[in-house]
Amino acid sequence: MGGADVSERKITLRVNGRTHEVSLPGHRTLLEALRDLGHTDVKNGCEKGDCGACTVLLNGRAVNSCLVLAWQADGATIVTNSGLGTADDPHPIQTAFADAGAVQCGFCTPGLVLSAKALLDANPNPTEAEIREAISGNLCRCTGYSQIVEAVRLAAVRSLKGSGEASHRGQSATDGSHSPSGSRVTGEVQ
Amino acid sequence: MTDPVTPKTLPPHHLPPLKQIGKPLRRVDALGKAVGATQYAADFTMPGMLHAKVLRSPIASGKIVRLDVARARALSGVACVLTGADLPDAKLGTDMPGQSGRAARTGSDAPVLATDVVRFHGEPIALVAAETLEIAEAALQLIDLQLEPTPGVFCPEQGLMPGAPNVFGTDNAVASYKIRKGDVEKGMAQADLVIENTFFVPFVEHAYLEPEAGVAWVDEQGTITIRVCTQVIEHFRTVAKALGVPQNKVRVMGTMVGGGFGGKEDVTVEIFLALLARATRRPVKLVYTREESFLATSKRHPFKITHKTGVKRTGRITAAEITMLADSGAYPYLTPYVLLYATGMAAGPYKIDNVKIDSVAAATNQPFTSAFRGFGGPQAAFAYESQMDEVAKALLMDPLELRRVNYLKTGDTTVTGQAIRSAAWSEECATRALAALGEKTPDTPDRKVGRGFASYFQSYGRIMWFHDTSRAWVGMELDGTVIVRCGVPDIGAGQSNSLCQIAAEVLGVPLERVSIYSTDSALTPLAGTSTATRQLYMSGNAVLQAAGVVRASLVKKAAEMLGVSPEDVDLADGEASVVRSPGSGAARASSSPSGLGGGMPLADVAARCASSGLPLAHLAQFNAPFTEGLDPETGRGDIWPDFTFGAQAVEVAVDTETGEVEILKSAACHDVGRAINPAAARGQIAGGSHQGLGYALMEEYVVKDGMTQTPSLSEYLIPTAVDFPSTEAILLESGTGVGPFGAKGIGEPSLTPAAPAVANAIADALGVRIFSLPLTREKVLAAADAGKNVVKPDRHW
Ligand code: FES
Ligand code: FES
Repeated sequence: MGGADVSERKITLRVNGRTHEVSLPGHRTLLEALRDLGHTDVKNGCEKGDCGACTVLLNGRAVNSCLVLAWQADGATIVTNSGLGTADDPHPIQTAFADAGAVQCGFCTPGLVLSAKALLDANPNPTEAEIREAISGNLCRCTGYSQIVEAVRLAAVRSLKGSGEASHRGQSATDGSHSPSGSRVTGEVQ
Repeated sequence: MTDPVTPKTLPPHHLPPLKQIGKPLRRVDALGKAVGATQYAADFTMPGMLHAKVLRSPIASGKIVRLDVARARALSGVACVLTGADLPDAKLGTDMPGQSGRAARTGSDAPVLATDVVRFHGEPIALVAAETLEIAEAALQLIDLQLEPTPGVFCPEQGLMPGAPNVFGTDNAVASYKIRKGDVEKGMAQADLVIENTFFVPFVEHAYLEPEAGVAWVDEQGTITIRVCTQVIEHFRTVAKALGVPQNKVRVMGTMVGGGFGGKEDVTVEIFLALLARATRRPVKLVYTREESFLATSKRHPFKITHKTGVKRTGRITAAEITMLADSGAYPYLTPYVLLYATGMAAGPYKIDNVKIDSVAAATNQPFTSAFRGFGGPQAAFAYESQMDEVAKALLMDPLELRRVNYLKTGDTTVTGQAIRSAAWSEECATRALAALGEKTPDTPDRKVGRGFASYFQSYGRIMWFHDTSRAWVGMELDGTVIVRCGVPDIGAGQSNSLCQIAAEVLGVPLERVSIYSTDSALTPLAGTSTATRQLYMSGNAVLQAAGVVRASLVKKAAEMLGVSPEDVDLADGEASVVRSPGSGAARASSSPSGLGGGMPLADVAARCASSGLPLAHLAQFNAPFTEGLDPETGRGDIWPDFTFGAQAVEVAVDTETGEVEILKSAACHDVGRAINPAAARGQIAGGSHQGLGYALMEEYVVKDGMTQTPSLSEYLIPTAVDFPSTEAILLESGTGVGPFGAKGIGEPSLTPAAPAVANAIADALGVRIFSLPLTREKVLAAADAGKNVVKPDRHW
């Protein structure tokens, strides 16, 4: 830890609409600070910027929170995956992930949902290639990404249809046994 | 020829009509994970909790000449420092854990902490618990550790040479097997052609996204309680043995596991946490960093495999002689079993009458190797499927045609003489996977397009002489909702969900009315390990049995209430209703006592069961078939309960200037027996395929003289979303598996065929084979150069 900035700084972290006034050593990463504050949906997969599990939205931009020092986020608006929705009132992207079978172990999911959110905010109707590019900084070891790509596409299609209600229906998912091609993104599925 | 066995093969439309099974329902665990509400092992904290760190060996082989922890102990904020000297009797059991009552293999115990010598880079030496993580890290720096390097063993061949340094125990040969079937010399003599090749596969890292983590404390009854991400909550026994405490004084509460793939099958943080919690009487948390996760835990075994195949001009294989050499690393762990799997599957899904296999695993001062999705199967498959294409090439035969002549069929026997009892749809799977590739992409001047496929067979369920068992409890509450209690660790593949879907099916309730409590060694019935693709088979059958007993109560009471006989009662959609038995006329009754759309709410039936003393809950135990083991001289005997069959086909474009390989298309077809949840089964196939494609093209855990060279996710590369296209998953359902509703296992098998399929596709593109994984740019470029003068035989794809 030689040379690390250990002097405490007083900062304000605005996370999911909550405000935390905290005093932290200068070397503390945003990932560590958020997890210490109880935002454990922000996952630590490497602490080196290699995996994307720690993704948060910082003023709307998806960043690896392990590569940001906490004081650099002083005063910024931070959104973690839990800030998007809850089990009772999930965000349409979260619902799409659950519906499309995009969640296996789930450790990568919070970060992926946020990368998807940042993408869809900027580009509401992305192609498969654009989706893949946007999530390429988020590693997932379980799914092979196919159902994640489908989930993002599903969220896009549902939101383009403006059927906010439909996205909360649940219980619909892709039926692999009849899917014409796992590599094709088909959008709305029943 | 063996006795003909009547295949239990049923076309899918003969399977019983099901309501919950076979539907791609949203998994019960999905939404909680999607909204970030699911808690993982590193997310828990406790009041007064200490933070732990582990001091690890910076070298691969050496003597500990000095280990002084006095300064670390004296640091303010340090609660405890432990070394091997503090734990003279502590041993880490590395043998197969779980429900088996078998005695551990002699020589399988490793030290919990190294005392006199270190045997691999990353071996644990000392433990620290402190008030904060920073203090624990500072304390590690204050430990005075002096090591004297000693000559090590850095490849398995060297380990087996006379005079090689002894790594651990008395013999560097950790395990070996012999299989003798028929007469291999006679078989070779009958052959028109004999083809021999040698194949190599490297160390591979599991690289699950969640590093190992846990929190432990001693509860008010003195029970050491460990909340940890593990595939095996039965390690409470391993912990009890290491600490010398009774087994009922250790409790493992498993959390949702952020990926396992075999890497969380062995003990990771549990014993360290238990020791520190016992010593400090405070809660202790230990979370591995990514680098530590890489250094501290097992790898997939490197293998060297030689195939000598005798074949007739017709394509009929007359003999196979196979040798296998595996790197076991510094401690045995599950190597003997992985080697057994690789040996038992070494010849692939082919009927060969004359077989000789010799396999051995050797200890080295390298990372220890143990379970990894496929458990020896993927290494074996890379070799046997590469070899099959080489045989086809030598015969100028279509690779599928060659395989068609030799595929194992139901009733045929494996190399150990075990009869295949379920459907063996190899040909169907290969044909469909190839067909799914569609039109072939044309070559361009500097990109050659090739196609390849691989078939495989892979066991599911444990080795039968482990006497595997699983337990599950199923109960209906008085409002008609259902609870499952089962010690199953959920490692992300939908283990819990499948059990819920089975209970929902049997009890006639929608999936959302089923809740599951799982993974607690004290409170949920022990279900065995989430390994060996066994949970759907084992715990699925246990849930099926338990739910069946509850169903019987409900049906009996409903029949009384409806005034019909039990055979005429059906449970569906949360209601009991009258159906006429087949042949007795009308179907569902048009009216019912409750008048609610033709059925009586199960809540009403459950209440009446409760008031009349009929059981609404049941604990069932499912026992796998037991056998006694293999004959040590011939290797004859039955090893596994059953096998999954399938194939994967890929189309690749090879850039002959850069050596870059692009996967253009990938399709995998597996007979899953019965897809309990098709979306989840498809997820297993897509994910397993991706891991397999990574194994094919990019993954190698590089070790040089025992030292890890790739300790991060920027050095050890795993596939991202832009590396490969999705693998199209084609599910076949023969209904012939030994799992519930005829299910087979798909978790591990889904990985197995990818790497040989890619190797075969590259060989097809270039006309030159690469014999080792991964198929890197350098190797591909060299093959492309060598292939410039090769005339490719015409293939009839
Ligand atoms: S934890 Fe931040 S990128 Fe991996
Ligand atoms: S679901 Fe496990 S890492 Fe993505």
